[in-house]
Amino acid sequence: MGHQLTRAIIDGVLTGGVYALMAVGLTLIFGVLDIINIAQGILVVLAAYLSYLLSVHLHLDLFVGLLVTTPVMFGLGVLIQVLFMRRLRGRERTSMSLLASYAVMIIIEGILYLSFGPDYVTLNAWYVNQSLHILGFYLPWIYLFGFALAVIMVAVLYVLLYRTKFGRSLRATMQNRTAARLIGIDINRVAAIAFGIGVGVTSVGGVAFGATNAFNPNSGYDLISRLLAIIILGGMGSIGGALAAAIMMGTVESVVDIWSPTWSVVVFYLALVLVLTFRPQGLFGQREARAQ
Amino acid sequence: MRPHRVRFLSIAAVVATAAIVLAACSSGGSSTTSAGSKKPIMIGVSVSLTGDFSADGQAFQRGYNLWASDVNSSGGLLGRQVKLVYLDDKSDPTQGSTNVQQLISSDHVDLLFGPFSSLITGPTASVAARYGYAMIEGAGGAPAVFNTPSNKAKHNVFDVSYPIVDQYDPLTTWIKSMPAAQRPKTAAYPIVDNPFTIPPEQRAQQQLEGTGVKTVYSKVLPAELPNANSVADQVAATKADAVLLGTVDVPTVAAFLKAFQQQHYNPKILAATAGPDQGAAFLKAVGTANATGVMTANGWYGGYDNPQSKKMVQEYIAKYGGSPSDINSDVAEGYGVGQVTAQAVKATSGTDQAKIISYLHSGVTLSSVQGPVKFDSLGMNTKPVVFVFQWQNGNYAQVLPVGAPGSGQVLFPKPNWGG
Repeated sequence: MGHQLTRAIIDGVLTGGVYALMAVGLTLIFGVLDIINIAQGILVVLAAYLSYLLSVHLHLDLFVGLLVTTPVMFGLGVLIQVLFMRRLRGRERTSMSLLASYAVMIIIEGILYLSFGPDYVTLNAWYVNQSLHILGFYLPWIYLFGFALAVIMVAVLYVLLYRTKFGRSLRATMQNRTAARLIGIDINRVAAIAFGIGVGVTSVGGVAFGATNAFNPNSGYDLISRLLAIIILGGMGSIGGALAAAIMMGTVESVVDIWSPTWSVVVFYLALVLVLTFRPQGLFGQREARAQ
Repeated sequence: MRPHRVRFLSIAAVVATAAIVLAACSSGGSSTTSAGSKKPIMIGVSVSLTGDFSADGQAFQRGYNLWASDVNSSGGLLGRQVKLVYLDDKSDPTQGSTNVQQLISSDHVDLLFGPFSSLITGPTASVAARYGYAMIEGAGGAPAVFNTPSNKAKHNVFDVSYPIVDQYDPLTTWIKSMPAAQRPKTAAYPIVDNPFTIPPEQRAQQQLEGTGVKTVYSKVLPAELPNANSVADQVAATKADAVLLGTVDVPTVAAFLKAFQQQHYNPKILAATAGPDQGAAFLKAVGTANATGVMTANGWYGGYDNPQSKKMVQEYIAKYGGSPSDINSDVAEGYGVGQVTAQAVKATSGTDQAKIISYLHSGVTLSSVQGPVKFDSLGMNTKPVVFVFQWQNGNYAQVLPVGAPGSGQVLFPKPNWGG
């Protein structure tokens, strides 16, 4: 049982890393712009398809391909912000963002269906199916790389947001748009870049997702509910919280899987409800995160 | 002269009016008859064009379209063209029921074709039963589809494919026939919660336990399996000699295969209820090398030695390309639905639902690309032959029952992962 439990915890932590890669962009966009980007799931899938194209047609390694996909996704994020999100103002901005991003999701899904059809594909590289054998456990390289990238990405985004001038202007824009404008911050530009970064980092999540799952244009639906659960548990807007919550989700589910896979998702959502009962702002709530 | 003129005009007016009315009546009558004979037969189809079952649903759509194209190019049904009216159920049973309701009460379709999967067929068939419509389908073979109160009352479900309960029988029979030394000692049954997967898995488990094959893992997994690698790792840890996956789609099978490979675990026998039957779509997701040795049960494959099937395969390849092995079995199931419906419409000389239901229950044996079709009182096909297929280096080969026409050699034990 000890070996089984250890394996489940390892599985959960590593899987959590992959989910964190996908959730980080979502929480970043909410944290900075107060926008709930329902399209995050389909953006992950889109990023996975871009990696697939580069891998199949140009034989680019999945991680090398990020040099191409990340700027493309960043540009797409800026475009989405300018075309769909910029016009959302006032108190209804957050709720209206749900509708706007839903529209984005439907459009992207339709384009993907037209381009790739409904068949499932997956990303391949030597590290996708190979494992590191250590202490009696096989640890898949793709999950190890995914986890390492998640930690690195959280650290980089933390530094960007809280330790740079650009990050300060981002947060200033969020806290008081008028004041930010008065001190010379171009808030439209800042918002577009923030959204772009949020979507740009999704490219990494896309590689991790596409290499660990077979996917088709519909796969975004299954993702978005879990990503939302992660950022709510972690604290909406908290980058580190997303990583912690993703690990918690993965671990709880993997451990419960030992006894009953049917209950694993239920137990996670029960844990989510319990946490929110005592900490409505999530594990690393928004206010605390922004105050850093 | 005036009164004469008035009378003349009056008579002329009456004659003219009568002529117009007569002409109108006769023209109306002839127009009704003429339009009636030319009016297309509307067939309502609620199927999963998006959502989790979209790959299967769109393959079904190809089968339906191919059949309709064949029928229309040969003069239609009873001299009328057929027109398919599609609604997307988004892989959701509730949406499927709503769609069928709309197709019947709003679109007034003449006939219905079934959706994909037992999960959606059951509830949609109940809606159809309420309106007295036959639900002729090709992917609702689970007991839960036939044993509904509505079907027991109205007997409106007709599954042209095989009943899924005993789909693993050729596999378990083959395992039983092995010399004891070669026979798998242990088996694992990870079963995704779905009416399609549970009955055959439970039956296979019971049969293999009866042969002395010890069960080392048997759990029902949630229908939406978000973390398949964790479950797959547990199955891998059992080192079971045989794994019989109860799956409904490609991504779940792909997740298990990937995790097994990562865990350096290669069972001697690896089978799945569905997923490997999706032809090129399966190979695309798991890779040709990794697919080799994986088995599944089905009633049809691209190389099936049946004249109607061969014709359909040729037409499919001409239209969509690829090879016979690439063709999803859903295509044949959809095409078969059309064929059986056409035979019922021709035999009853119309689209009267009561007559069609009565005809299909009359004990008549019909033909389809999947072979003969004969329905029992609940609409199960009593005639199908179930085969077990195995992917062998990109070829979808019939391997069981042993000795059946077309059955080749089973790759046993399953070759190691290809990379």
